[in-house]
Amino acid sequence: MLKRVHFEPSVLPYLLVAPQIIVTVLFFLWPASQALYQSLLVEDAFGLSSEFVWFQNFEELFEDPHYWGSFQRTFVFSFLVAFLSMSLALILAVMADRVIKGSGIYRTLLIWPYAVAPAAAGALWFFIFDPTVGFIPYALQFIGYEWNHKLNGNEAMALVIFTASWKQIAYNFLFFLAGLQSIPKSLIEAAAIDGAGPTRRFWTIVFPLLSPTTFFLLVINVVYAFFDTFGIIDAVTGGGPANATNILVFKVYNDGFVGLDLGGSAAQSVILMAIVIALTVVQFRFVEKKVAY
Amino acid sequence: MASVTLENLQKTYPNGFKAIHGVDVDIQDGEFLVLVGPSGCGKSTLLRMIAGLETVTEGKLSIGGKMVNDLEPSQRDIAMVFQNYALYPHMTVYNNMAYGLKIMGLSKQEIDERVKNAAKILELTEEQLTRKPRQLSGGQRQRVAMGRAIVRKPSVFLFDEPLSNLDAKLRVQMRIEIKRLQESLGITSVYVTHDQVEAMTLGHRLMVLNGGNVEQLGTPIELYERPASLFVAGFIGSPAMNMISTKMSSDGKSIEIASDISLALENGGAADYAGKKVILGVRPEHLELSQTDNSLPFTVTLVEHLGADTLIHGHFGEDMTDLTVRVSGTHTVKAGDQLPVTITRDHIHLFDPATEKRISL
Amino acid sequence: MIENRPLLRIMSHLIMVAGVVLVAFPLWITFVAASHSEQRMTELPLPLLPGGHFFENLDIALNQGLWGGDGTGVGFMLFNSLIMALMISIGKIVISLLSAFAIVYFRFPFRMGFFWMIFVTLMLPVEVRILPTFEVVANLGMLNNYWGLSIPLIASATATFMFRQVFLTIPDELLEAARIDGAGPLRFFKDILLPMSQTNIAALFVIMFIFGWNQYLWPLLVTTDQDMFTIVMQIGKLLEGGEEAPQWHITMMTTLLAVIPPVIVVIFMQRLFVQGLTETEK
Repeated sequence: MLKRVHFEPSVLPYLLVAPQIIVTVLFFLWPASQALYQSLLVEDAFGLSSEFVWFQNFEELFEDPHYWGSFQRTFVFSFLVAFLSMSLALILAVMADRVIKGSGIYRTLLIWPYAVAPAAAGALWFFIFDPTVGFIPYALQFIGYEWNHKLNGNEAMALVIFTASWKQIAYNFLFFLAGLQSIPKSLIEAAAIDGAGPTRRFWTIVFPLLSPTTFFLLVINVVYAFFDTFGIIDAVTGGGPANATNILVFKVYNDGFVGLDLGGSAAQSVILMAIVIALTVVQFRFVEKKVAY
Repeated sequence: MASVTLENLQKTYPNGFKAIHGVDVDIQDGEFLVLVGPSGCGKSTLLRMIAGLETVTEGKLSIGGKMVNDLEPSQRDIAMVFQNYALYPHMTVYNNMAYGLKIMGLSKQEIDERVKNAAKILELTEEQLTRKPRQLSGGQRQRVAMGRAIVRKPSVFLFDEPLSNLDAKLRVQMRIEIKRLQESLGITSVYVTHDQVEAMTLGHRLMVLNGGNVEQLGTPIELYERPASLFVAGFIGSPAMNMISTKMSSDGKSIEIASDISLALENGGAADYAGKKVILGVRPEHLELSQTDNSLPFTVTLVEHLGADTLIHGHFGEDMTDLTVRVSGTHTVKAGDQLPVTITRDHIHLFDPATEKRISL
Repeated sequence: MIENRPLLRIMSHLIMVAGVVLVAFPLWITFVAASHSEQRMTELPLPLLPGGHFFENLDIALNQGLWGGDGTGVGFMLFNSLIMALMISIGKIVISLLSAFAIVYFRFPFRMGFFWMIFVTLMLPVEVRILPTFEVVANLGMLNNYWGLSIPLIASATATFMFRQVFLTIPDELLEAARIDGAGPLRFFKDILLPMSQTNIAALFVIMFIFGWNQYLWPLLVTTDQDMFTIVMQIGKLLEGGEEAPQWHITMMTTLLAVIPPVIVVIFMQRLFVQGLTETEK
């Protein structure tokens, strides 16, 4: 934590941490405390007066079927994004670990979507799935399926899941590949000598040894799906149709910034905060274990 | 050039641990003092206190007659060579040596002169000066670390186990170089090591430290011939001194080594210890394989042939006291043999078992 | 691999190629769409191979925008994005280097307090404090300028932790040697720590540049003046469309312009990118 040898105490360290601390207090801690405080207030329609109402905002939220709907959708969305992008990435990483020639080129061709902004990723897939000109709807009509995510909520959900998963494959691929390459080759060879074929070796040796990486990625992917997908939702569906893709992070923005429901939005913020804190704690607990592993 | 004086120097850490219990020494101008002792004895702490890398809790530290307790390391006119060299990995060899001089504000020309001169002394080539430390071998890095010390033209050199990362052969070679360098530059040096051979060969004087206390301060020969305590006796010399529990005769003029074997003491013995238990120390090289009136019946258990010497391990007496004998040349003795071993009285050391101090005769 | 089964190897390559195609298809289609005329982009089926209108479309997208100049050219938005990304990444690196240096190399009252304050920012993404943060920025007069776009995003626990980790691996003896050489704290920082952290700084820069360039929600909140829009937030606006028929060739050209700079950074600085990604997750 601290060097055994360090500099004499002076005013210098305070000057050094000052910029970071000022930014942190101004734009993180103070707003967060404001969100906490506002979550206990109700403002009138014109924002002229506010009343302290304790947990009324939270009670209203928990009684609001829209909020519960958003909650459920967020969990379904996060689970499917994590599952889809992690399984695809794992398959690709196993193959990349297997091929010797060209694995560098494959890696280069697979990692770039990480750099694509969520909103831009939204635009890419939005175009492919556009009901009037998109490739997929065009192809689907030949088998008699009419795709229109602007009207069909499930299709809209599927589209944002595809988009979010596509963007995250790169990250998962890199970490799975690193995990695979850190498994000692001698273990695999020993299993081969014991007579285990490639598939059996994967499920009995490789996959269990990858479990720390898998768990780590699961947490990262859930955080990603919860918070970093705002751009996708906003660009592709705007939460619609009929709230079908209105996940928590979009709802908090929409209710607060667009709908101007100050107390309700603040209460949602506080609940999201609790979720991030829980996820961060899980992640850091795990990081300690990863070191020991 | 300067003398270094330590007066009742003490170090207590914030957690209450007392690392140095009060050291007094006057290091002469141009002297080479070696701090030696087992790990954790405080020798490095003491060196770092002189360097200014550790604060002095109590006592007075002077360099060149000036008290330096509160001076920054860079103001103490010292230079230090570290165990792992501590070369700046991103700088060339040249810049590693020049860095401190640049901070001092010396002119480019002066810096260049000093660096080139140090390189010549240490036999570093022009080409090596342009390399990064990681492109050098261990011995070359060691030279650069010394070069960085030399260019400062300090009053005092401080060495913190500088040879312990080198292999055995290189260590002997660098030891000789350090010795030669120190003698030719004549700069007061303090050198920390746990290796007694290094200590004995390098130092004008040795300070043996144990648990933050000075066990003995003296020349290598003094330490070898008159160890002040059991600790020093066991630490200096290899193989270690044989220790035999004995009893002083009732008149204090001789010691009883085993039943019916006794050894008369020089100078009339030590009357204070008459009839008391004492520890007899005798070095392996001071035992003789010969039959005399008071030779011990010695049973050989193991023989080590070192070429120039032969070490014979075994035991004697009812309580099977261990004994090691060193004889020069090769020897045909083998395990299981019974031999007479004689202790000559002019090379024995007596210690008080309670205080572990030397009993002077 | 251990077995030398050609079939298995061919299958592996096939799956990899399928994966690469799946990943690359959307970008290819975007490029194709950006290279055709407006007319061609309304005819079904859409083309799968590029057309000849790429530079013409590029010019329209950069300088005129949608609907023949009625919309807005995005050239200046690329510039805004670049400035924002640079300010965020450099700002994060500078303040994180300084605070990590203070926390690792100094013992001072409230050291751990500061450390935990920085740590807490990990748990407070913009999304959970949208309105109050907006209010602070508005009160400071930072709406619609580069400061507002970047400063509130430059606090970084990840970067601080990373530099802390890097500094902790630098041997203590180097600091001692520097002290004997007479270097004070700032000199040590400049002459020893900075050069020794070079690659870490570069790796972090790659990650943070991408992070900055791709910001969406934040610019959406703090800019109302079109002159301050960024290219990424413009995508959202284009997709919202409106009454008029979508102009796919320009929309996709704009998307391409938003995607290309960070993708180029990742591809050409791949080693640093991978290093940065793994280091910031420690």
